[in-house]
This record gives sequence, C-alpha cells and structure tokens, in this order.
Amino acid sequence: MDAQEVVSAAPKIRVRGLGKVFGEPPAEVRALDNVSLDVLQNEFVTLVGASGCGKSTLLRIIGGLEYHTSGELLADGKPVSGPGADRAMVFQHYSLYPWLRVLGNIKFSRRLGVNRRHITSADVEVAEGRADALLRLMGLSACHNAYPNQLSGGMQQRVAIARALMNRPAILLMDEPFGALDAQTREVMHDLILHVFRLERSTIVFVTHDVEEAIYLGQRVVLMAPRPGRIDTIYQVPFGAERNQDLKHTPEFLRMKNEILGRIRQTSGMETDTEMLQQLSRTTQD
Amino acid sequence: MNSAAHRPGIWSIRGPISQRRYWILAAIGLITPILAWWLVASTGWVEKVFMPSPGAVWDRTLLWATEDNLLQDTGISVYRVTMGWLLSAVIAMPLGMLIGTFRPVQAVLEPLTDFIRYMPAVAFIPLVMLWIGIDEGSKIAIIFIGTFFQMVLMVAEDVRRVPMQQIEAAQTMGATRAEILQLVLLPSAKPALVDTMRITMGWAWTYLVVAELVAANSGLGYAILKAQRFLQTDKIFAGIILIGLIGLLTDQMFRFLHRKAFPWMHKKS
Repeated sequence: MDAQEVVSAAPKIRVRGLGKVFGEPPAEVRALDNVSLDVLQNEFVTLVGASGCGKSTLLRIIGGLEYHTSGELLADGKPVSGPGADRAMVFQHYSLYPWLRVLGNIKFSRRLGVNRRHITSADVEVAEGRADALLRLMGLSACHNAYPNQLSGGMQQRVAIARALMNRPAILLMDEPFGALDAQTREVMHDLILHVFRLERSTIVFVTHDVEEAIYLGQRVVLMAPRPGRIDTIYQVPFGAERNQDLKHTPEFLRMKNEILGRIRQTSGMETDTEMLQQLSRTTQD
Repeated sequence: MNSAAHRPGIWSIRGPISQRRYWILAAIGLITPILAWWLVASTGWVEKVFMPSPGAVWDRTLLWATEDNLLQDTGISVYRVTMGWLLSAVIAMPLGMLIGTFRPVQAVLEPLTDFIRYMPAVAFIPLVMLWIGIDEGSKIAIIFIGTFFQMVLMVAEDVRRVPMQQIEAAQTMGATRAEILQLVLLPSAKPALVDTMRITMGWAWTYLVVAELVAANSGLGYAILKAQRFLQTDKIFAGIILIGLIGLLTDQMFRFLHRKAFPWMHKKS
C-alpha cells in the first residue's frame, strides 16, 4: 500500500518542454511547441482547441504512435519510446477487427505475447471473468457473438473501449472516440465512460473538439492553441465525480463553456462568430 | 407487384434490381451472342472456315473427347496454369506483404517490379527456353512471369489498404511487429488477397496459349495452335470456349470460398 501511495504522488504522465516538428527542413511544420503537462494518477484530463492546435498529435505522442522531436515525456516515470500495453488507445473509428466477433475483439490482447508469458490457468480464468464483466459493463452481453459491422456506431465504440480496458492499462488515451456518433448516443456514452472511470480508477487523456463534452467528462480541461500547437490555458473543472446530464444546464457549466469557447475563438484568430461571418461575406462580395 | 409507390427504376444510378430481373438479364446476355452466332452460321452469310456453327463446334468437341485426347489436354493445361499461378502466389504473398508493410522493402522492390511487369511475357520465351529448356518447367515459367509481377503489386496494395487504426490499436495493446503481421495485417487483408488470387488466376489462364508456344505437344493452348495450322476453325472455337468455361468455374469456386471463409463480410445487420 505504501508503494502505491508513492506512485500516486508522482504524475502518471509527465510532459516537459515537448516539441514536435513534422517533415524535413525546407518544408518543416511545427506541430507542437514547448508543451508541459502533468497528468496525475486516476485523473481525467480532456484536451480541446481549434483545429490544428496539435491536441491529437500530443495524444498520439503520449501513446507512442508519433515521436517527439524535443523535450521530455515520461509515463510512470519511464521515458516513452514507442507504443506499449500500459497506454491503450481508443480511436474515432475503423479500429475494430471486423473478422472477429465482439468477444474476440475484446479478448484480442490476450493473444499477444506480452500477456502470455508466465501465464497460469488462474490468469486465464481471471481474464475470462474480466471479459464477461466488460461485456456486462458496456451493455454488450446480448451481442457478444455479433460481428462489428452488424453493430451501430455507438455499440462499436463500446467494443473498442472494452477492448482497450481488457488488460487494465495504466493509461487510457481516447482520440475523439465519440466524434462520429449522433448527439443522443454521445450523451449515453458520456455517462458510460464516467461510470467506467469511477469503477476502473484509470487515468484518462481524452481529445475532443466538443467543449461541452470536455467539461462534462474532465477534471481538468486543457485548452490548446494553434500555430504552433501549444497549451494556452488549463481549466480546473469545479464539479465533483458524480455528474449527470442536468449539470449541462447549470449556470456554472454554461459560464465555463462560454469562457472556453470564447478563448478558442480568440486563439484561432476570430474574436466572435459575427466577425468571422463578416469576413466571410466580405470575401464573397470581393 | 406495383405496391411500392416510388420505387426507383432500374435505370436510376446504382439503382436496385430484383434477383429475378438480374438473372433474366444475365441469361439474355449469355444467350444472345450464342443465338447470333448460330444465326450467322446457319444462314451461310459467313464461310464455315471463318465461323463454324455451334453444332459443328459441339461435334468437334465430342470428337476431340472420344477420338483425340481432350481430357489429357485439359488436364495438362490445368496443371501448367495451376503450378505457374501457385508458384507465383507462394512467392508473391510474403514478398507483397513485406512491400506493403516495410517502406525500405517497398523502395527496393516496387519500382523494379513496376518496370518488369511492363515487359511482355511472350518476349521472354527465347530466354526461358535458353535458361530452363523446353520441358514442363518452361511452360510453368512463362505463366509465372506473366502472373507474378502483377500479383506482387496487388498483394502489396491489399496489405497497404488495411486501416492504420487497426494496426495502431494493436500497437497500443502491446503487439510486436510479428504479431501485427500475423494477427492484424494477414487476417485483415485476407478477403482482398483471395480476390487478388481469383483475378490473377484469370490472368494465368490468358498466358496458357503463350506458354504452350514453347515446344508443347499437348494442352488446350497447343491444340488451338495446331488447329490453326490445319484451319480447323471449329476446334479453335472449342478450345477457346473450353478455356472460358474452366475460367468461369474457377472464378465461381473462388467466390464461393470467399463467401464461406469470410462470413463477417457478407453478413449485415
């Protein structure tokens, strides 16, 4: 227990002066510049910002799917040098394995060498129980035998989340996981992911372009700004762990949403929407 | 049957068509040329030497089967095509997978393959005779040359079309490169690979006649070439139609295999 206390004191993810340059000299693009961020154990952090602010790039670098060109990145105190089972990622779409049934997708990671070394029959039993529990948690029990293309988009994302959770990754990275879903399904998924977060006590970094989603889910909202991609403001979300849809209509919530939206407009070079419209109509008149 | 008020017509772009209509139209498409052929031949507009009647072709086929060795000709041709195609598949599959997966392999092999595949397979005949001789190996080699270089590029493309998200999801679950090849890239590309195998099998058959130019004394392609020498137009027709039918049969077999092996592609909600 003491060891755990020590671990939880150190940040789960430590980003220090991180930079990312795409391409080679004449055509270089600076995607991220001097980004510093600590994500604590069992924290839910959401990343928002105008398009081109590098929020997805930052997430992919934490996941080890891209490499950073300067600065420092530690996960659990160890430098990140590629993807690993401790940092599972959920994508917006196309990531499920269409030839495997729902249960096969969820248990995919059990077939990998990292999870098969020194394995005992007790481990296998635990894994079976884990898969069953995830099926139930995600409301997938009825369709565990279906193929992904027989499921709706929302159900497919449930499978993707369950698959990522299967091996209890220390960190869960989510790259606009609900971006392709309709509004109603998205609300259901929000409450589901909050439930999962409370139950699994995982550490989640969640990228979204939806400010409401970012506030509703996150304990902190990290606002990033473009050209070059950098962290602009970090907002502490003042709401507790227990949240429900009514929260979205409270004055505090709306005030925070407007504040963040306003700041995103500023960082993208537009003070207001009307200003943008005026500029648009000017260009059409010309 | 006129219950649907605004059912789009069959001529709307990519419009629906009923199963029954489909098969009626398919039958018309197949029967019309045969009928036209029979009509042209039976009226005597065209000399028999240029276009024998369907009946004459049928008679010749029977004669070929009873008096001559149609079965052996078919057998040896199927053998040559299958071996040439199989040999090229065995090499093209792993090579194409590597080209589609690792950029350095792609850089080394793809431009080269692109270059070679434009070379006419027929032009390799003298070289193949020089290098391999005139026995079975040389016929298989010609079919191999005609098929392999196209096949490698198609396999590479099939593997490249596997969504990056499928690969990255496996990476963030801790999969190694070998595991990704085996558990993601191969099963994900498999349906496309079976289609590639089906299409290249068709190409392998088109190189049969070319292959049997090389000192052959049996085979369907050889029979066609010999019939040409004796002006047996009916036998040329018989040989060509036979190759077409064998092709159609293998094609259907591959399609059947596809449906059986990949239920997840054919099963919709």
